[in-house]
Amino acid sequence: MIEFTLNGKAQKVEADADMPLLWVLRDVLGMTGTKYGCGMAMCGACTIHIDGQPIRSCTTPLSAAKGKAVSTIEGLSDDVSHPVQEAWREHNVPQCGYCQSGQIMSAVALLNSNPQPDDAAIDEYMQGNLCRCGTYPRIKAAIKSAADKLGRKA
Amino acid sequence: MSQIMNTSRRHFLKVAGIGSGALVLGTVMPGWSPAWAESNPGDRVNEMNLFVSIGSDDRVHIICHRSEMGQGIRTGLPQVVADELMADWSKVNVVQGLANEAYGSQNTDGSRSVRHFYQTMLEMGAMARTMLEQAAAEHWQVPVDEVYAKAHQVWHRGSERSLRFAELAEKAAALTPPESTSLVYKSKADFNYIGKDVPIVDMQDILSGNTEYGIDVHLPGMLYASIQRAPVLGANVKSLDDKDARAVNNVVDVITMPEFSLPAAFKPLAGVAVLASNTWAAMQGRKQLKISWTDSEHAQHDSESYLNTLKQRVKNQGKVIRSIGDAYSGMMNAVHTHSATYTLPYLIHAPMEPPAATAVFKDGLMEIWACTQTPQSTQSTVAQILGLEKDQVKVHVTLLGGGFGRKSKPDFSVEAALLAKQTGKPVKVTWSREDEIQQGYYHAISAQYYEAGMDDTGRVTSWLQRTAFPSISWTFTGTTDSPSDGELSLGFGDLPFALDNLSCETQTAEGHIRIGWVRSVSNIQHGFAIGSFVDELAHKLDREPRQVWLELLGSDRHVDPEPEGFKYGNYGDPKDTFPIDTARLKNVLNLVADKAGVENKTAANEAWGISVHRSFVSYTAVATRVRVKDGKLKVLEMHCAIDAGTVVNPDRVRSQMEGSMIFGLSLAMNGEITVKEGKVQQSNFHDYPILRMHQSPPIKVYIVDSDAPPGGVGEPGVPPVAASLANAIFRASGKRIRDLPVNKHLEV
Repeated sequence: MIEFTLNGKAQKVEADADMPLLWVLRDVLGMTGTKYGCGMAMCGACTIHIDGQPIRSCTTPLSAAKGKAVSTIEGLSDDVSHPVQEAWREHNVPQCGYCQSGQIMSAVALLNSNPQPDDAAIDEYMQGNLCRCGTYPRIKAAIKSAADKLGRKA
Repeated sequence: MSQIMNTSRRHFLKVAGIGSGALVLGTVMPGWSPAWAESNPGDRVNEMNLFVSIGSDDRVHIICHRSEMGQGIRTGLPQVVADELMADWSKVNVVQGLANEAYGSQNTDGSRSVRHFYQTMLEMGAMARTMLEQAAAEHWQVPVDEVYAKAHQVWHRGSERSLRFAELAEKAAALTPPESTSLVYKSKADFNYIGKDVPIVDMQDILSGNTEYGIDVHLPGMLYASIQRAPVLGANVKSLDDKDARAVNNVVDVITMPEFSLPAAFKPLAGVAVLASNTWAAMQGRKQLKISWTDSEHAQHDSESYLNTLKQRVKNQGKVIRSIGDAYSGMMNAVHTHSATYTLPYLIHAPMEPPAATAVFKDGLMEIWACTQTPQSTQSTVAQILGLEKDQVKVHVTLLGGGFGRKSKPDFSVEAALLAKQTGKPVKVTWSREDEIQQGYYHAISAQYYEAGMDDTGRVTSWLQRTAFPSISWTFTGTTDSPSDGELSLGFGDLPFALDNLSCETQTAEGHIRIGWVRSVSNIQHGFAIGSFVDELAHKLDREPRQVWLELLGSDRHVDPEPEGFKYGNYGDPKDTFPIDTARLKNVLNLVADKAGVENKTAANEAWGISVHRSFVSYTAVATRVRVKDGKLKVLEMHCAIDAGTVVNPDRVRSQMEGSMIFGLSLAMNGEITVKEGKVQQSNFHDYPILRMHQSPPIKVYIVDSDAPPGGVGEPGVPPVAASLANAIFRASGKRIRDLPVNKHLEV
């Protein structure tokens, strides 16, 4: 039995300690917002946060979550009102939408560590998140909008 | 949880809570005949149709019968219906249609959804509105021309009385639907939604991780399957030791898939499935399988030597598929000649969501949930392979995490159905990324030869082109050894140039791995080669590329390749309403060249490249600016102009063009699948890289304002990209790239 907090609530999981968190979330806990894309930490579709740090859940074992705070796309806001979600909506970012959970979780982590990223900083931080539909230009624009929103809130 | 509601008519009426007051509309669509239906299975063929119903809560339920894979169709088609219906968009509920022939073709490929269903959706909306108006007129006992629908109500002119749609629905539903020829349509100036940037209906769910893709489907008691498939096409399981696999924690069963025989068609490949109580355990168990495979005639396939063979073949005269004058004597009489050979490797789709399907077989009914572009062929293929009647197979379409053509092959749903039938339990089959890259349906490897003859003024008088690539038809016949007319209709036999002499020829190419369609299909290689060769001619003649393009395109006219011997497919559309229009080609070229300023001076090591192409009856031009320095490429900006005729949702057209630029750059810069000893060498994103954010340039899109009937949007952006890039690289560095991908020549 491994215990951690998931989106702010206590969670217990009975599963192999080496099972990647991606599959724990999806198959054991039924939380499918976090996506499988490559299984090798190369596409970012499975990005979640552990203690506020972005990690690729497809290569992070369940044991790594023990006693930590895990957050996923489902826990970002109750009403899709996080400034990053708002910015994504303003720029009509998604096409198929599949990679966007991971894109959003990476963008939130980027803005936590760098509240006003320039193009180069966004490229550097976000290059681990693939989008086959090609929403990159809009993601970049949305991150800048989100930075402005967060700046005004601060 | 807002899953996509999947529905048949009866089920829909039940789940949507619509009682007897519902207006349910059906209509026979024009152009239907059984003979036509047989020769064009599924496409635009309709019996009674069901798209619109109105609930007693005033909500309008609109069926989207096409698959959503990022193009925005779950928004676009209902937008058209809602506009003609005079519905309030905030009261529209989009319902995903089940596989059902009554809808017409649901095969969501070929950039056809708006192109082939715009008029139908207008009709569905106008018909519902007319019936509501008629019901209101009868209720008020006034002439029907005194009433009009507006904002989800019907109004009486003069008295200003009004009734909500919900109040009229029951009465309207009892009326005989009006003849489609009697319908009166709104004028463009009165559109509320068509031509507007309506946000996608799935936005909130996507942003909160609340969507259901094929890979997300869960049924109670479900088993999760991971399948080890034969590494070489045509091989079968010779021996299996599954002891260690069965010993893995949570592995429930190991099942050998049915024997595979060529031709491949949509049959599942030979393999061994490991079933477990979660995906991870199934994948772990699969690693423990010890399988030996039978030999296959394709085990010697080597893509590198094969490409060299194709390059040799296109040097020789081939089968002529279209000709004007005599290209060979034209070439002998030319003052200058130029020739070039172009090659492209195999490519694979790599949608972010790999194929996934879930099936359950209960009481004689096979029920399937899949991220499929083609629910109808999923239904028919599953029925055929499992020996079921079509009405025993029910197919639900989930959202698709990208498609690009991969998910219009139903093989993965057949796998799930087979395992569900054998186990008697719900089974989800999830393809790994490695599976997706190594065992897909590949864009064909290709070689092409081009030769042009010019007179002393530099005018191109003679043009020779040859193409060779294994045909998609081979996947289905196992014997086809040259491209089909359908494939040659994609940017080759439809060359729109004004020439005195032309010879379009094909050379043979046999298949060795499954060949399939990838976004824009054969337009990929033909757009690259023709777009590059025009630029080569411009360089040779020391003229601006735009001027050479304009001269080759010639006078404003409609090009018809048929009298010149080529049976041109025109993407399934009639050539009178969708001609090859050189004026529209020139217009997008000039638009993009002017907007981008491609003839302005650029900085050192920087240059523009342009190209233009017609595909899926739309016209697209692309300008790309690059910097090439110290052997390293940087794409600085792209401009794209599209004339797709009438546009339903401009924002989704822009997003498709942005995506097409990036898809095109990705294949041109990085795309390469190689095969050795019959096995695909790449396996994941480290060796089949797709474009990342830092490689993607800013993109500007220009949409031509047009009242022409709608053309395709999902694919036409792709074909000009590779040529515009290669042309820019040449102008910036002097390096002419004729063999893609670019990363073999430059650091990207």
